[in-house]
Amino acid sequence: MLIAAGSSEVALGFIELGALIFLLSLLSRLAGRFGITAVPLYLLVGLAVGEGGFVHIDVSIEFVELGAEIGVLLLLFALGLEYSEAELRSGLRTGLAPGLLDMCLNALPGVALGFLLGWDPLAAILLGGVTWISSSGIVSKVLADLGRLGFRETPAVLNLLVIEDLAMAVYLPVVAALIVGGTIMATATSVTIALITVATILLIALKFGRPLSNAIAGGSDESFLLTVFGITLLVAGVAQQFEVSGAIGAFLVGLALSGRAKERAEILISPLRDLFAAIFFLFFSLQIDPTDLLDAAGPALALAVVGVFTKMATGWYAAGRTGAGPRGRMRAATVVIARGEFSIVIAALGSELLDGPELGALAAGYVLVTAMVGPLITRYSDHIPIPDFLTRNETSKQISSNAAISDRS
Amino acid sequence: MAQVRETKLPGVGVRHDFTTEDGTDIGVLVHRDGRREILVYDTGDPDACSSLVSLSAADSRTVSELLGASQVTEVVSVVQQNIEGLAIEWIEIAATSSRGGETIGDGQYRTKTGASIVAVIRDDQSIPAPGPDFELLTNDVVVAVGTSEGLTMLRDLIHA
Repeated sequence: MLIAAGSSEVALGFIELGALIFLLSLLSRLAGRFGITAVPLYLLVGLAVGEGGFVHIDVSIEFVELGAEIGVLLLLFALGLEYSEAELRSGLRTGLAPGLLDMCLNALPGVALGFLLGWDPLAAILLGGVTWISSSGIVSKVLADLGRLGFRETPAVLNLLVIEDLAMAVYLPVVAALIVGGTIMATATSVTIALITVATILLIALKFGRPLSNAIAGGSDESFLLTVFGITLLVAGVAQQFEVSGAIGAFLVGLALSGRAKERAEILISPLRDLFAAIFFLFFSLQIDPTDLLDAAGPALALAVVGVFTKMATGWYAAGRTGAGPRGRMRAATVVIARGEFSIVIAALGSELLDGPELGALAAGYVLVTAMVGPLITRYSDHIPIPDFLTRNETSKQISSNAAISDRS
Repeated sequence: MAQVRETKLPGVGVRHDFTTEDGTDIGVLVHRDGRREILVYDTGDPDACSSLVSLSAADSRTVSELLGASQVTEVVSVVQQNIEGLAIEWIEIAATSSRGGETIGDGQYRTKTGASIVAVIRDDQSIPAPGPDFELLTNDVVVAVGTSEGLTMLRDLIHA
């Protein structure tokens, strides 16, 4: 690593890293000005400095690689932190039907294209994951930026994100086990072990989450940060050892924290997450050959067009179930278009596969398009004409009994 | 009082809204960090808010004072001063607690802790003055009154 290297190499490493991160900061500002997420821009930087790009970094690559791994863990940790156990439970109760529709409509096009391209089934399943999961980071930021948090269709959108998170908690370890692979018997065993490990950690998290949270919630910011970071890496490492994806271990740690520990972790970990997640996106696209991306441009664009419409159908349906009117349904439909961080996390899982490079390039192209186009479409969604056939049955607006909504007298 | 509808927003907070006597829908969104937004829904597009005011925790206190909540605060503080040392606490029956399914009498809470269970909140409905044969379920929230030591003991009993 860097410390062991000669001082000139350290200097070079610092210059490389410093320049890269400074560039990312500029892009993040630029993205902020246009109200879009910086993730696609980070991917572009990675393309420019990676294999076959304009410049090439080599000294700091080890640091970037480890940083990227930590970035995935922190992304998933923060995702686990986002929702309380009660929210997950009620999400599961009210969101199962939209969640299933979401999976069918949005994962299938990816899987189908994977098979069409002649990939092995596993890579196709991963591409299904890439097209399936919306970016909760982008969606919640857009909702807040556009002042839509109080709108009536918003709970339906948020519940959809909760359901996708839960789905990830099952999807990730299963896929990680499938990648380890082997004979059918061995695969079945590793999938079972993965699910049992997840169930065990989840049980411990739910049963001892509160006392654990209370035990670590105190102390200075410094000691708290080190405790949480240490525990996250430890659990992720153990999960990885059992061939469950380490990311899912980190997710469960985030889920287990509650009360004050959760609030402090949200404040203290998120700057760390932003830093390492940026390094992760950079590293991911660093490995992509720009010529691969050009080859993938056609399929990625086609998939993105399909993905825009299938996601819109999901959002339209989910908002309709909670009694939203046509305009509200259109806003919900367009806000969930954006895919982002989790599509990249899923694609990164498959980087070792035979079709890994193509999967990576396709996922990058897909995220570049949907993450840029989604927020733009939803910003102008109130001007999108709604076709007559969608509103024909709207004469008596049905208000379904939503368990999340209860009357208080 | 008008019917207030409550909607939970995962990862964001809670929204309450109701229809005023002249037919306007208004609501308050409470963020998890204590910020509040006052929402006034659009008449043409009932899902959207035509006007939206964002308030910090301090601003919200100011607005509620202006709306007359100060009288309520005064009454509450008078009650608390009158009965020195009395505390009130909300305790949730966790899914892991073995108290779910037991009656209040089974637990012998008042005998053991001196604290009384004065109400039970179930599915957002409050059931006042439950008797000893009232059956507690998981996810119920027990409202208890007693000394702070008694309430700590009660909390430990209920979490066991």
